[in-house]
Amino acid sequence: MSTNTAEAVAPNVIEVRDLVTHYGTRKILNGVSMDVRQGEIMVIMGGSGSGKSTLLRYLMALERHTSGSMNILGTDIDSASADDMQTLRKKMGVAFQSGALFSSMTVGENIMLPLFEHTDLDRRTMEIMVRMKLEVVDLAGFEGLMPSELSGGMIKRAAFARAIVMDPRILFCDEPSAGLDPVVASALDDLILRMRDAMGMSIVVVTHELESVFKIADRVTVLDRGETLFIGTVPELRAHPSARIQNLINRVPEEEVVDIDAYLARLTGEGVTGDGGVDL
Amino acid sequence: MDTRSKSTPSALSRWIESIGRKSAAAVEEIGVGAMMVGESVYWLVAGSRKKQPVRLGSIAQQMMEIGIQAIPIVALMAGTIGIMLAIQGIHTLKLFGAESRVAVGIAFSMVREFGPLITGILVAGRSGSALAARLGTMKINQEIDALKVMGVNPVRYLVVPALIAMLIMLPCLTFFSMAVGLLGGGLYIGFDLGISLAAYTDQVLTILSMDDLMHGLGKSVLFAVLIAVIGVVNGASVAGGAEGVGKVTTRAVVQSISAIVVTDMIFAFAVTR
Repeated sequence: MSTNTAEAVAPNVIEVRDLVTHYGTRKILNGVSMDVRQGEIMVIMGGSGSGKSTLLRYLMALERHTSGSMNILGTDIDSASADDMQTLRKKMGVAFQSGALFSSMTVGENIMLPLFEHTDLDRRTMEIMVRMKLEVVDLAGFEGLMPSELSGGMIKRAAFARAIVMDPRILFCDEPSAGLDPVVASALDDLILRMRDAMGMSIVVVTHELESVFKIADRVTVLDRGETLFIGTVPELRAHPSARIQNLINRVPEEEVVDIDAYLARLTGEGVTGDGGVDL
Repeated sequence: MDTRSKSTPSALSRWIESIGRKSAAAVEEIGVGAMMVGESVYWLVAGSRKKQPVRLGSIAQQMMEIGIQAIPIVALMAGTIGIMLAIQGIHTLKLFGAESRVAVGIAFSMVREFGPLITGILVAGRSGSALAARLGTMKINQEIDALKVMGVNPVRYLVVPALIAMLIMLPCLTFFSMAVGLLGGGLYIGFDLGISLAAYTDQVLTILSMDDLMHGLGKSVLFAVLIAVIGVVNGASVAGGAEGVGKVTTRAVVQSISAIVVTDMIFAFAVTR
């Protein structure tokens, strides 16, 4: 891992400050701040409903936030024009949880799509690039298959190949090992490490798989009920005194404190406060 | 009784609220549809300048699916309706001893009304539903998000080719269905009344004017926009996984066919009177 080096010299490629987001009237993220440095693997983790997948959608600039600021590769998301966003998106790659491969296209056509849309390369060159990326993810020779003919792990690998085909500066991975057996999940972790080391890209991974976190993370951001609970390295995470963090990494369910008055008020539909607090 | 009298206003207010919500949702959908058309026009005009041109290959593929592959079913339906018009027309006109004038009814009905209507309904059932299902599935599978993150505008990439293909192919199919319907009617008349196809054709061409043809084709252009926009809006509004896709697909077909029939009536009223 390159933690120390990254901490000492690497500039930030993503800066998030006091990010507040809503889904309808419900507040999802409540003042999240975090940075991602050049060339590091930042893992965002947290329990179900903590807001980690929501944060990823905002980092990918798929949604507009309510307040706060986000700067990605020097582009201020609030003031960016459509052309600025277009330029920025070419520097980002995403491997979605489901793979999100286009089912009507072959694996090769899926990977070629960003090249076809954003470059003037001839088809022969594009085909060579597709085969190179498939080699990187250990899927050489599978370019002619349809996504429906691939296993879960292969779909994720193909999604990685599509995500890196434009050599992005930032790669986002949403739950890369979810739904995979431990061996395939571990191989995907190795792939993520390889991509950081070989291509020098910054990688943001959302996961709740602790084994993956400990294996790949340079730094970890822990979200809890829409707020940033911790940012630091894996050793710092392990040694953190917070009971919530220790519960999370030791897989201990939190004891639920029941407020009887609030519970009765919810049942009777009375006393809806709408106080603007975190409401997950 | 007391309880009932207390609950009645509440139920009424909930009902009114529900109507209000549905009306607001309907207005919102119409707005989204209008924006979708506007955005499509924008990408069609400005796409090349923005280095995101609308691909001719995508349009051709959609034209194949919407138009060419629909030819057999359109031919079957249009031919059948032409024959039905001939049967009913001869039966009715026999009352006045004017069955030899049945070609007039078939010609006007097929070109001004049944050609565009039946083609519109068929394409709504085949391609409008397919469009809604395709977009809905892509949204559920995060493929639309994948396009956005890749910097590929989904409207330009998915909607514009479908809209253009629909605008080209529906009038073509409508013209084809008019011809097949007229042919079906002519063949039946020849069989029943002994009028030759040449004489029937001559009669039809004498009766019909360019206005009649434009009346039918004009409708089909409107139907094309309706089918594409309703399919897209429904597909884009999907929620809830595979079941949600099924719901929006059904909804798209019902809305498209309803919109086609109502628009047909309004168009006929406005143009014919």
